[in-house]
Amino acid sequence: MPYDSRAVNFDFSADQKSLREQARKFLAEHASSTRVRRILEGAAPYDAELWRGMGEMGWMGTAIPETHGGAGFGYLELCVIAEELGRSLAPTPFSSTIYLAAEALLLAGSDAQKKCWLPRIAQGDAIGCFALAEGAHVTTAANLATRADGARVTGTKLPVMDGDVADFAIVLAGLGDGARAGLFLVELKAPGVTRASLATVDPTRSHGRVTFDGAAAEPLGAPGQGWPLVERLLDRAAVLVAFEQLGGAQAALEMAREYALGRFAFGRQIASFQAIKHKLADMYVGVELARSNAYYGAWALSKDVPELPVAAATARVAASEAYYQAAKENIQVHGGMGFTWEFDCHLHYRRAKLTGLMLGSARRWKDLLVTRLQAGAA
Amino acid sequence: MDFDDTREEAAFRSEARGWLAAHAEAKSGAFETWQSRYAGREGYEGLERAKGFQAKKADAGFAALHWPAEWGGRALSPIYQVIYQQEESKFLVPRGYFEIGLGMCMPTLFAYATEPQKRRYAPAALRGDEVWCQLFSEPGAGSDLAGLRTRAQRQGDEWVINGQKIWTSGAHWADWAILVARSDPKAPKHKGLSFFFLSMKSAGIETRRIKQISGASHFNEVYFTDVRIPDSQRLGAVGAGWGVAITTLMNERLTSGDLRGPDFEEIFGLARSVRLEDGPAIDNAAVRERLADLYVKTQGVRLTRFRTMTALSRGETPGPENSIGKLVNAPKAQEIASFAMDLLDVGGVVMDKETAPLRAAFQESLLTSPGGRIAAGTDEILRNIIAERVLGLPQDVRVDRELPFEQLPTGDRTPTGTR
Repeated sequence: MPYDSRAVNFDFSADQKSLREQARKFLAEHASSTRVRRILEGAAPYDAELWRGMGEMGWMGTAIPETHGGAGFGYLELCVIAEELGRSLAPTPFSSTIYLAAEALLLAGSDAQKKCWLPRIAQGDAIGCFALAEGAHVTTAANLATRADGARVTGTKLPVMDGDVADFAIVLAGLGDGARAGLFLVELKAPGVTRASLATVDPTRSHGRVTFDGAAAEPLGAPGQGWPLVERLLDRAAVLVAFEQLGGAQAALEMAREYALGRFAFGRQIASFQAIKHKLADMYVGVELARSNAYYGAWALSKDVPELPVAAATARVAASEAYYQAAKENIQVHGGMGFTWEFDCHLHYRRAKLTGLMLGSARRWKDLLVTRLQAGAA
Repeated sequence: MDFDDTREEAAFRSEARGWLAAHAEAKSGAFETWQSRYAGREGYEGLERAKGFQAKKADAGFAALHWPAEWGGRALSPIYQVIYQQEESKFLVPRGYFEIGLGMCMPTLFAYATEPQKRRYAPAALRGDEVWCQLFSEPGAGSDLAGLRTRAQRQGDEWVINGQKIWTSGAHWADWAILVARSDPKAPKHKGLSFFFLSMKSAGIETRRIKQISGASHFNEVYFTDVRIPDSQRLGAVGAGWGVAITTLMNERLTSGDLRGPDFEEIFGLARSVRLEDGPAIDNAAVRERLADLYVKTQGVRLTRFRTMTALSRGETPGPENSIGKLVNAPKAQEIASFAMDLLDVGGVVMDKETAPLRAAFQESLLTSPGGRIAAGTDEILRNIIAERVLGLPQDVRVDRELPFEQLPTGDRTPTGTR
């Protein structure tokens, strides 16, 4: 980012704020509630027209260096876009492609791998995904059922966000018989890969079950370094997803506010009852603490400083909890109407839970945070 | 996005740090060390020391950075006040004697007093020669301050004051005070108030210390029996006292929001040092989850303050984010105290300073932290402020706005608090 010589400059710059306005305007038109609901209720896994539009805006290349066909802006700009995507609930494979697949390539990809995939990602021509989880339990390096044998992987990954629509996957697989693991790049249209869409609590983000049966796999990064790479990758994604969560939380708070101002009961606006006012105040406090923690994560990510692991875990916990709280209480403020399919409250409720789990639950990140604080304070 | 000072700010920070290093003792080591050496210095015995330090601070130009130069300030933007406070917090300096006078009383005088009055009072307050207090709250008017009933009755060129104030910090050593009182009980509550300043040495003032649940006495009750104030010491028009009081409250200093008692660092240290039934507390999953929650809140407030500073540094008015610090920190202080004692199990009840960890700071905090959730805006009032001023929600339905004050219901008994 351009260095701004003003003091304690813990905010986005004027240019970044105008990027936000531009993104908000674009998404208000192209990712309206009507458009989001088309994906929620229809058969299409994501909004391909919106995805094309985002490509034309150049968003996919925001943090990809110019040498690899990106715009080379940086992570602060990507955070700004992420917040707006979260606010609008844009149903696209942006987070899996950009925060996870492209970041994995940037972190550990060979020159050839970067050259092959990053320009296509930046153009909006390739969708990537990250295949880690293996079912309804915590997946770690120690319990991976998916194994790699030389240049082939075998096993089943689920849920894989956008695994049903992606062109390639970054796959974590066990090596040999031990607890060592490696990352692999697998083309999903190649032989040995079968996949199917998977129902989830949030149909506006597509998920798949991806089965590898001796599928061709290129190692990504040093062999045996899979888990440390995954941790670094998840830290970076945690900051970016925190901005999506922040945008969603802010939107849910605004929805609750609007409804409370417009709804009358007992002869007055329900927004004049302290039970409602205090609920909204608590939502606001949660959102603001999450915002401050997310900004710190953005700073750490953009400068790639040693504070990143603690900052990322803090941002992740704060944003996951603030979004869930705001989305849950937004339904409560809406009363019975909030419980209907017709009102948009459930879209944020679904997305809040999904984003709260997609990189691992807050429970796990809290434990990780304390581990990192212990290491720092030791 | 960065955390760097501008060149001017860096120069000022370095000047402040240099001056503090020459005139105060740096906090060294852990909380325990400086807490035991510093906390005991408050009270009367600390007042003279505080006055000495304040005079030096004023002479060096650090006492009121954002005041106009004619009253001894440097006319700097509020960001410099924040920078100075950041630096000062690293030193053992007397606190709690002059904040109300400089942060609330003087700005009110600047807005409403005559030029000769400002010349008379501002320099003495700045140097700590005269201490001020604020006579606002009453037994029946706390969160609902405009419900106050201390009477101000005009007699010629004087006003005669009768009634009682409470929760007055520092009234026992204050030389001067600002006062809001009811001059017209027939007017609606907000319209019958007038605002004054007066000498705390005036005849008819009686100050009684209030013993808090911690056993300490930081506050007072102040009784007025036919106390006379010249009309020249009225600030603002007769009946316009509420507007003046709002000016005072809007000028509440940019509080640093730091907890006086143990904070995350101390509870984290305790969890690392204490053993539970099955091993170190820090290895216990339930303990770890709560530590993480506390850290996320602590960082959130700290970083929110950086956002406020950024707004100040850009010459903008700080946004509403400033209002959440106390609402988060005050309950957090209470939670940390209670959580720490839980980790100590049966032994958590011990308040003996030689036995309890951190010289019983957690136990002290258990008994002082409830006050933090009440003073300067209760948790509930702060939520109302956020709801109304930040989120723009309507005020609660009010039954007391238009009625003459004397016709408002008052309840038929005063709870005694004892059985």
